[in-house]
Amino acid sequence: MTNIIETDKLNLFYTAFQALIDVDLKIERNRITALIGPSGCGKSTLLRVFNRMNDLIEGVKVSGSVKFDGKEILDNEIDLITLRKRIGMVFQRPNPFPLSVFENVVYGLRIHGEKRRSVLEAAAEKSLASVLLFDELKDKLNMNALGLSLEQQQRLCIARLLSVTPDVLLMDEPCSALDPFATMKIEELMTLLKKQYTIVIVTHNMQQAARISDECGYMLLGELVEFGETKQIFTAPVNKKTEDYITGRFG
Amino acid sequence: MKKSVEFIIEKLVLLSGIASIVFVILIFVFLLKEGLSLFGETNLFSFLFGKNWYPISDPPQFGILPLILGSLLVTLGAIVIAVPLGIAAAVYVAEVAPVWLRDILKSGIELLAAIPSIVLGFIGIVTLAPFLKNVFHLPSGLTALAGSIMLAFMALPTIVSIIEDAIVSVPKNYREGSLALGATRWQTIYRVILPAASSGILAAIMLGIGRVIGETMAVLMITGNAAVLPTSILQPVRTLTATIAAEMGEAVSGSGHYYSLFAIGIILFIFSFIINLLADFFLHRKRA
Repeated sequence: MTNIIETDKLNLFYTAFQALIDVDLKIERNRITALIGPSGCGKSTLLRVFNRMNDLIEGVKVSGSVKFDGKEILDNEIDLITLRKRIGMVFQRPNPFPLSVFENVVYGLRIHGEKRRSVLEAAAEKSLASVLLFDELKDKLNMNALGLSLEQQQRLCIARLLSVTPDVLLMDEPCSALDPFATMKIEELMTLLKKQYTIVIVTHNMQQAARISDECGYMLLGELVEFGETKQIFTAPVNKKTEDYITGRFG
Repeated sequence: MKKSVEFIIEKLVLLSGIASIVFVILIFVFLLKEGLSLFGETNLFSFLFGKNWYPISDPPQFGILPLILGSLLVTLGAIVIAVPLGIAAAVYVAEVAPVWLRDILKSGIELLAAIPSIVLGFIGIVTLAPFLKNVFHLPSGLTALAGSIMLAFMALPTIVSIIEDAIVSVPKNYREGSLALGATRWQTIYRVILPAASSGILAAIMLGIGRVIGETMAVLMITGNAAVLPTSILQPVRTLTATIAAEMGEAVSGSGHYYSLFAIGIILFIFSFIINLLADFFLHRKRA
């Protein structure tokens, strides 16, 4: 099976407001899938369905089906802890905890019960190395993570996810707080990570979607208007609405 | 005409502003003048470390060590009780309780702060003291422990509301980051939220101590008032504040006894000053 996440007739309501309408989406393994669309179109909401972060908001109702690795995740019986361990999330603003760099990276392992110092140290080094941060920070592992630059903080947040070896990385506008140069570095990192992980990225930056994604979905007012290969979406969109957005006539 | 009104108002406001500072300075100067007069009769060392408080015997002995230890013991006991309770209550109010219950709890906590301390002291005498007497088989329930429990309840509103503020002001994205990694709510609270709120928690503890160490009436009523060196929390003790309150009325003005009570006031002033300074330091560090 190449599809790691599949949604079928996914609808989501914030009390009376319908934020997602009949979304059918298939996300392939080891690819970067981008979700684009104007603000409020539901792309972040959709992303937050995949790790059930919408559960934190009161009055959210979801119907339809979302399968991760063939298993239904909208089921109330599902183990959220395991789900969130396998589907990690990077947020819009880097959100390292006000702890040391080391404690940030091994946080995920600690909460899942790992206590052995040697395991934690090895995982920290490996995760930091995967986000190309280890050489920069190997002598500063005890410094408070809030003292890092924003780009380093965002890398650290990615490293924090990698330490628990997830399958999917959800990224909610991960570069919107970064300058163009730092954005470029994070994008390079994403193409590296794609070899081992499936990445779903929400972005309001169309160029970014065009640069890094393999597949791309355009959302508008809660509907997935068009979904397909990025190249095709950006060069020969089928839907008129997609074309309007891509060419800048709308949005 | 308009100009002179402006002028008068401006000067009145200025005067009010200065008045508060002047009063503080005057009080402090008066306290120092009266308190320091004691040291013609005794020296600083035997005042602070003397084990006997017999201010009206002949010759008088002005050792306040039992009183200092009494205050510290009662305060320490109160903090040991109030801090865990306060943190737990604040976590519940800020993180766990449903919205409707949160509002009820918060008003309840504020109401607790509004109870006059003399009322708490009175309730302590008629309920808490007999209870402790029976539980620990004591000759009297009026002990340091009774004072600590009573004071813990007095300090709780301060402690809970400051810690709650600190928890609520922890950025939401720490919470999300932790939950998104698969942490449970409790793991998130004790691994991320409480450490992030630690400055506020320390400040709350300091202000709680400040509230407790300056409290007088309830302590006077409930601690048994024995100015002896305390050896256990189940003994009657006497605090610095209670000593002043109990003896000021009968001290002859201008006597050594009278001056010694002011000297105790200076010691209390120094204690509160240090505690407030520390609280301020912790609150300030939070913002930095």
